[in-house]
Amino acid sequence: MQILRILLMRLTTTAITLLGVAIIVFFVIRVVPGNPVAMMLPPGATEDDIARLNALYGLDKSLVAQFGIWLSGVVQGDFGTSITSRQPVLGLVLGRLPATLELSIMALVIACLLGGAAALTGTRYRGTRTEAAIDVADGVALSVPDFLWGLVLILLFGVLVPIFHISGRVTPSLDLPFTTNFYLFESLLRLRLDLWADIVSHMFMPALALAIPLAAIIGQLLKQSLKETMNLDYVTLARTKGYGETRVILREALRNAALPTLTLVGVQFTFLIGGTVIIERLFSYEGLGNMAIDAVINRDLPLIQGIVILFAVIFTAVNLAVDLLYAVLNPRLRHA
Amino acid sequence: MLDGRSMIRRRAGLRLWLSAGWLGLLLCLALAAPWIAPKDPLAQDLFLGRMPPFWQAGAEPGYLLGTDSLGRDVLSRIIHGARLALLVAVVAGAATCVIGACLGLMAGFLRGWADLVISRMIDIWMAFPPVLFSILLIAVLGPGLWSIIIAIVVIDWTRFARVIRAEAMSQGAMDYVASAHVAGRGRLGTMLREILPNVLPTIVVLLTLEMGIAVIVEAILSFVNLSISSDDPTWGGMIAEGRSSIHQAWWVLVFPLITLFLTVLSFSQLGEGLKDRFDPVLR
Repeated sequence: MQILRILLMRLTTTAITLLGVAIIVFFVIRVVPGNPVAMMLPPGATEDDIARLNALYGLDKSLVAQFGIWLSGVVQGDFGTSITSRQPVLGLVLGRLPATLELSIMALVIACLLGGAAALTGTRYRGTRTEAAIDVADGVALSVPDFLWGLVLILLFGVLVPIFHISGRVTPSLDLPFTTNFYLFESLLRLRLDLWADIVSHMFMPALALAIPLAAIIGQLLKQSLKETMNLDYVTLARTKGYGETRVILREALRNAALPTLTLVGVQFTFLIGGTVIIERLFSYEGLGNMAIDAVINRDLPLIQGIVILFAVIFTAVNLAVDLLYAVLNPRLRHA
Repeated sequence: MLDGRSMIRRRAGLRLWLSAGWLGLLLCLALAAPWIAPKDPLAQDLFLGRMPPFWQAGAEPGYLLGTDSLGRDVLSRIIHGARLALLVAVVAGAATCVIGACLGLMAGFLRGWADLVISRMIDIWMAFPPVLFSILLIAVLGPGLWSIIIAIVVIDWTRFARVIRAEAMSQGAMDYVASAHVAGRGRLGTMLREILPNVLPTIVVLLTLEMGIAVIVEAILSFVNLSISSDDPTWGGMIAEGRSSIHQAWWVLVFPLITLFLTVLSFSQLGEGLKDRFDPVLR
């Protein structure tokens, strides 16, 4: 019952949040100077042509009326037509979404592996120089944002020791047999390991850049809760049974120490997804974020709206999922 | 064996001094830029394009860190770029701090409808991808120094508001607040005289961190070519140019990147160091 009530409450606030995002983005971008429609037409277009096109895109109505039309469309899954490419926004945006999702998930996996390894090593060798070194590395990794890590990685592994690709999602000359835009997953499913390797070598650096700050957060928090858990009675009991230190950490402490880290990872994951915007630009990766920046530069209002709303939906969905997961995993909440 | 606490304090102290030292140096460079920069940061010389730094063969004397594709001196552009970076850090950081902290205090201490409205706004703001939001705002406001500052304030006030709200709530529940109330102090007086001094250390730490974030945001906006006019020297603009000519002239990217890296790291370490200083448990 408790979980159902939490779910209902969170769904309500999520709806309010999304409505707020829709209102803000709609009205903010309508202040953008420059008439996007006038930019579409060739230089010799008459006032009459501009007015006709304005009417076609509904730009001749009042702002509130435009918002009403747009919102009712959005609710029915119609996000309007992109001004620059003249295709439905929903299709364009959904076409790019898999690229961004794959990048974010790969980054999350890398962050969990790196952060987990740092936390486990730090706990295993607590009180030694190894732990101090890990702490310093965590501190630096956390202080510098993904944008700068991306540039550092480009220099190190794109130029100095060129082992990874530094732009694009896949080598353009390759023949892609894919039916979906989830290249990474589909190449694996089709057992096309040659393509898979090419895609990974394109994705690895942007994903690592996104992962480094999150890995540091996971490393710090997980180590802290591991060290607390290591002092509990049941861990001492396991030790007196003669289990080795590494086994005690992995088998006994990790499971209980992971819960507080998990909730934090959820919130931080949304920050990571937000970071894809600039990282995709930096690595010329054809995802949503790169498309968003182009849309802003081209003043493509319907496309900007669609992308921002999609990001907001992803963010709130991740937060909702984490809250629910926490409620399910935490026995105190489950039985309350 | 050394006492653990004194070791932590010594390390924190070193961190504090190193980062303060770098930022102090940068401030001096920025203030004295017109006098100490070896060249005019805008002067182009197409015959001297992409000259390597001084220790490499083919370097042009007088251009210590080399030149970019238009023959502009990289060192002078970094020094002049420090002016904009620090200006944005200080002005945007301070403005974000004042607005965010005020809203956070109101939400956390006054509670009621103020809290309801502010918390809901924070939720909405958290659902925006911040980089995209800032690019969008610059598109609306038009490029320029003030646009950058306004964009940073509009986006980042929630960083302060979230933390200060929580702090003000926990402070508000303490006995000293109740006794101030009994002593006849009004709500506003209590908020400013009792709560504010107690959350001030947190505000200072957040302000330091925010300055680092502001430097990064400015660099990102310059990178996507939306900051100020593209001729003016900005670290982000230099990085964008360096990124595109990375295989021909690595130094155009490397030197501004190192400067930006150290600056952001220093602001952050300064903030963390101050946090340790203020933390009564460690002290």
